[in-house]
Amino acid sequence: MLDFPKWKIWSIWAVIGLCALLALPNALPPSVLNSLPDGLPKSQLPLGLDLRGGSHLMLEALPTDVEKAKLESLEDTVRGELRAATGGPIGFTDLSLAGNRLRFTLTDPARTDQAVQLLLKVTSPLGLSTAREVDVARGSLPGEIILTPTQAGIDAAVDSAMAQAVEVIRKRIDELGTREPTIVRQGATRIVVQVPGLQDPEALKALLGKTAKLEFKLADITADPVEVAEGRAPPGSQILPVQQGGQMVVKRRAIITGDQLVDAQVSTDQNGAPAVSFRFDSTGGRRFAQATTENVGRPFAIVLDGVVISAPNINEPILGGSGIIMGNYTVQTANELAILLRSGKLPVELKVVEERTVGPDLGADSIRAGAIASVVAVLAVAVLMVITYGRFGVYAVVALFFNVVMILGIMSAAGFTLTLPGIAGMVLTIGAAVDANVLINERIREEQRKGRGVVTSIETGFKEATRTIWDANSLNIIVAIIMFAFGSGPIKGFAVVLSIGIATSVFTAVTLVRLMVSRWVAGARPQALSI
Amino acid sequence: MPLKLVPDNTNIGFVKLRFIAFALTLLLTIGAGALLAVRGLNLGVDFVGGLTMQVEFAQAPAIDELRERVDRVGVGDSALQEFGNARTILIRLPLPEGDQTAVQRVVAKVRGALEADYKGVKFARVESVSGKVSDELIKDGLWAVGLSMLFVALFTWFRFEWYFGVSTVVALVHDVVVTLGFFSLTQLEFDLNIVAAVLTIIGYSLNDKVVIDDRVRENLRKYRQMDIKQIIDLSVNETLPRTVMTSVTLLAALVALLVLGPEVIFGFTAAMVLGIVVGTYSSIFVSSSLLISLGVKPRAAAPEDKRAAGAERIG
Repeated sequence: MLDFPKWKIWSIWAVIGLCALLALPNALPPSVLNSLPDGLPKSQLPLGLDLRGGSHLMLEALPTDVEKAKLESLEDTVRGELRAATGGPIGFTDLSLAGNRLRFTLTDPARTDQAVQLLLKVTSPLGLSTAREVDVARGSLPGEIILTPTQAGIDAAVDSAMAQAVEVIRKRIDELGTREPTIVRQGATRIVVQVPGLQDPEALKALLGKTAKLEFKLADITADPVEVAEGRAPPGSQILPVQQGGQMVVKRRAIITGDQLVDAQVSTDQNGAPAVSFRFDSTGGRRFAQATTENVGRPFAIVLDGVVISAPNINEPILGGSGIIMGNYTVQTANELAILLRSGKLPVELKVVEERTVGPDLGADSIRAGAIASVVAVLAVAVLMVITYGRFGVYAVVALFFNVVMILGIMSAAGFTLTLPGIAGMVLTIGAAVDANVLINERIREEQRKGRGVVTSIETGFKEATRTIWDANSLNIIVAIIMFAFGSGPIKGFAVVLSIGIATSVFTAVTLVRLMVSRWVAGARPQALSI
Repeated sequence: MPLKLVPDNTNIGFVKLRFIAFALTLLLTIGAGALLAVRGLNLGVDFVGGLTMQVEFAQAPAIDELRERVDRVGVGDSALQEFGNARTILIRLPLPEGDQTAVQRVVAKVRGALEADYKGVKFARVESVSGKVSDELIKDGLWAVGLSMLFVALFTWFRFEWYFGVSTVVALVHDVVVTLGFFSLTQLEFDLNIVAAVLTIIGYSLNDKVVIDDRVRENLRKYRQMDIKQIIDLSVNETLPRTVMTSVTLLAALVALLVLGPEVIFGFTAAMVLGIVVGTYSSIFVSSSLLISLGVKPRAAAPEDKRAAGAERIG
């Protein structure tokens, strides 16, 4: 039990040395850190928002919104395919999107078979997956066709929408010039955004909360004002609110959308007021040119998230592929709009469901108090151990020191974040390490009382106690894993430190202490133990 | 001569006290349970949803005046609470209805009102959690605690015998319920951090019990003819120095955190201190003695010696 072959001794110190090297960057000021040669570990342990201040936002998308968007794009597909059908366009009426289904009736029921075949073909699964994303079925009426997105189809749509949303959010936050934001997906429909050092998340939330769906739509000047006043729009048109007040009737189909924008910048209009200028890509530019040529003298609407933000008259064809949005902007709101347009629209609306903001002062106070308390706690433990177990207590305290170094090293290298509950977890890990040494030392005392010799007592002490330590720590690992799997936020941070700490504390408190004890016994050959 | 918290070779009759201990434990558990049922927990925004602002004032404000001031802003019923010291106040508000900026608007309104009336006021922390998220956090928390208990029971059963699993879980339920009862009694805010504390208490209390169980098993094998009551007493006494030393050391560290540590972890450390005390009590007086009532037998703990046991019976 006390015999250590050379290779074992070396590997124990190698492991500790490696962890110490990984932990080292935390003790160095940035200037020294930057001058280190490449190849040495440089990553410091990142501090959680609770320790250094910042904002944490959890955003959630409603899957029903994605479903709706999916149905709308399906509608486009259906229209396009039926119009381009071989043997002439297939006419249809009564298209509705109600009840999460796309339903329409062919004007010529004789062509139902052809239409179903066509739609089955264009909605057939892409790639390797065999699950259909859309079911195509005949309705009960002659010529009626119903398209229903399947669960697999909805899941896939939600998944791609969320992946896209993460990208859009990243662009928007980068535009704000904030440092090191963390943007991660959580579960199927959530995104967590963490921005360190941000005191006031207002600007951030204003940017994240908007979908920024930009559309250019022609005004419907033929609509009957009486019907519009009653809230009824003519077929193919819709009534939209106007930002400055009132409402406006526009064609449902957009001539062009924000997807075709390549740039948007803050500029000024002819009166010097802030405005946003934009430029289309080449196809967008061509379409805009064509639409404006055909509609000279009529107004069109610039629609953002379903609200008309500007409705200028087309005085002449706009051929240059660029334009300007005016509408009572301040420099700040114009800049916000420009950022939104540049970063593209969110594929789905996101709601803030959780927000935590910690001011940097509070974070600093917490760190200071936490550090002082930890030092006192460690000192108290060290003093108790040394006066209780003498030499063996000193070994335990040395092991404790390396334990903390190892935890810091592993966490720095693995890129975990240290949070306040994490510090608590570390203190509790120290408790577990202490317990391991208490178990060993008490067992050695017991063996001594039974009149056993020095070496036998130590050997039996380690052997018997190690079994108990393994039992107890396996259980703690189980609890830590459950915490990690089921806990959220602070509990997870706690569980991470606890899991790493249990592993390192068994290593330092059992293996390392045994090594130190064995060297001492071999060197000093003690005749009696003072323990 | 090194310090000894517990003298050598103690021989305290813990088993004799077991019916008093059982009665006390039952009383504590029922009492804490009743308290929980009647008074409930002061659940934080993590679990009920809402908006919390931690506000630091230059001078300690009069709470009633401040409450009135916040209520006049007209953003719903507020709950005020001192946090650590008289200058730091936690303001709880219901989560406003509406879009993303609603929370921001409420914070801005309250901030404006307080900055006008109190010089040098600082908003140190703002948290808002929607009702949907808080429901999930409750669910996750209950799952985490429940599953931990289940796995603990399974592990102890697998590693020892079913008697040990039952006695351990009974004691753990007592530890958890009493800790929750403490939070009900003091109305300290119960948030996610406290759930972490409860899970840790389970872990530590478990440590204690496994150490004693381990010794009971060892002694059951060693002294086959000894009476079960004697074996339990022997095992608890033998492990007593370790139990006390570990608890005292942990308490020393925790008290340092409790007194000097940041306010944010006060509830956490308070729960831990209580949990260690309660857990140590239940390890020494309850879980091991419960083994007797469950009818543990020397043979039961030594299944690998079946042949020897059989031979004994024939002889």
